Amino acid sequence: MPKVYENVGCPYCGCSCDDVRVTVSDDGKKVLEVENVCAIGTEIFKHGSSEHRHRLPRLRQPDGSMKEISYEEAIEWTAQHLYKAKKPLMYGFGSTNCEGQAAAARVMESAGGCLDNCATICHGPSFLAIFDNGYPTCTLGEVKNRADVIVYWGSNPAHAHPRHMSRYSIFPRGFFTGKGQKKRTVIVIDPRYTDTANVADIHVRVRQGHDYELFDAFRMVMHGHGDDLPDVVADVPKEQILQVAEIMANARFGTVFYGMGLTHSDGRNHNIDIAISLMRDLNKVAKWTIMAMRGHYNIAGPGVVWSWTFGFPYCLDLTKKNYAHMNPGETSSVDMAMRDETDMFINIGTDAGAHFPIPAVQHLKKHPWVTIDPSVCMASEISDLHIPVCICGVDTGGIVYRMDNVPIQFRQVLDPQGLLTDEELLNKIADRVDELNAQGA
Amino acid sequence: MITQRAFEEGVAMEIGKTSPEYFDACNIIEMNEQDMKKLGILKNTNVRVTSESGQVVVKAVVGRQTVYPGLCHIRQGVWANQVVPPRTQSTGTPQYSGFPVTVEPAPEEKLKTALHLVQGAVGMWKGEE
Repeated sequence: MPKVYENVGCPYCGCSCDDVRVTVSDDGKKVLEVENVCAIGTEIFKHGSSEHRHRLPRLRQPDGSMKEISYEEAIEWTAQHLYKAKKPLMYGFGSTNCEGQAAAARVMESAGGCLDNCATICHGPSFLAIFDNGYPTCTLGEVKNRADVIVYWGSNPAHAHPRHMSRYSIFPRGFFTGKGQKKRTVIVIDPRYTDTANVADIHVRVRQGHDYELFDAFRMVMHGHGDDLPDVVADVPKEQILQVAEIMANARFGTVFYGMGLTHSDGRNHNIDIAISLMRDLNKVAKWTIMAMRGHYNIAGPGVVWSWTFGFPYCLDLTKKNYAHMNPGETSSVDMAMRDETDMFINIGTDAGAHFPIPAVQHLKKHPWVTIDPSVCMASEISDLHIPVCICGVDTGGIVYRMDNVPIQFRQVLDPQGLLTDEELLNKIADRVDELNAQGA
Repeated sequence: MITQRAFEEGVAMEIGKTSPEYFDACNIIEMNEQDMKKLGILKNTNVRVTSESGQVVVKAVVGRQTVYPGLCHIRQGVWANQVVPPRTQSTGTPQYSGFPVTVEPAPEEKLKTALHLVQGAVGMWKGEE
């Protein structure tokens, strides 16, 4: 008799949808049906019961092929290399639960290495701005129930967060937003006419890389200097700037959702810094909040877990042994890779092989490379050791933090069939590194 | 040049990065139609994209999500990252968007698979060149 699981969490984007319905075969080994989930999430659940999944670690052989080995051998190989390395780097965690992220912190503290997460290549600049300027944010529930003006700036949820608009921002009817989309004004600020812009009331076509100037123009208007604006700022006509500023100033409750368009472009953290300053200006006359469109379902997790463990959310240097150090540019993964500062790389719950600029991959590949990931990916296919693990939300449960930093308990729906979880694997590696440290002491 | 997410890329990535779906979803460059005419590029033909840090052959298309003249977009992933500069402005975040590239017609050149590009970059590719 197939078993139906209700309110399952989806392990794809930062929406961390927790209303998924999954039907599983009676032996608990196959996903039969997935409901209330986008096409991307569907593929993750389908992948969970794929016959092509590797269920044992694979070690690269001298002829370049991969040979299956036991978990015990893989743990020993990893621990020995961590023990020998002077500055190992463990990077990833977009697709791991908080329990795994805490165990990873234990491993790298014991090994004396660096610990970094995917924020380093996506919303890291947001952290830098938030440290400097605060974070006037809210939960997605507040957006659903209160917001009458929504701004997507440099983000394209129609593609990157497929259910964001329908679950939280534009379409849902909430407590004070009973008419849903009809009573909401949606503004998209983006250099492309995206599919998100296609459902907006206003599309502001900003010149790529000139967002800072446009933020500055909005701030001028809020400070009473709108008349002094040039005719065009960042390719946006003065009339449109004044029109959008008026809508924002008259909002009952507004939220700016921003994405990689700001953090990947020139200005980086300064774009976010001025966005937060604009929120401060707007909050003198209206109620405004801002939220980073976090990319992975638990990429907010390592920021939370490591902040309470070490005091910093990412780019952690734990080589000093008795204190943690964080300095993006110096201790960030891509920068360390480009300077050849690491002598071992562990890719976990992400794919640096596909998502790092290729020169950084080439530098990292000079040294031992371990990939801990449920899937075959570019990182696994160039690594010396690939260790498959459970998929959080499919083969194992755990705590994840949604993009608004709300913790959600994800559920297990499939039998892991012998696979270890990230937490189990990393704790075994940490135990072995501790033993080696004790023997060497 | 900008490199960002796309729905098709997300679905294909979860099917698998060695799959034909990922190959089809990510090895394209979305360009403005006027730019393509000016550069003598026919729709759905291959072009060579060169940046300060590398080059890659991708297929030129006019995307549904239009870009203005002078701007182009490769979906995030293996092909995009052959040309993304690793410079981070001391923030840790590479220049995934807003970097200059040269795009030139290359209709005779072949598209490489994701595995070919990544394994080839680190000297591990054993298939056909």
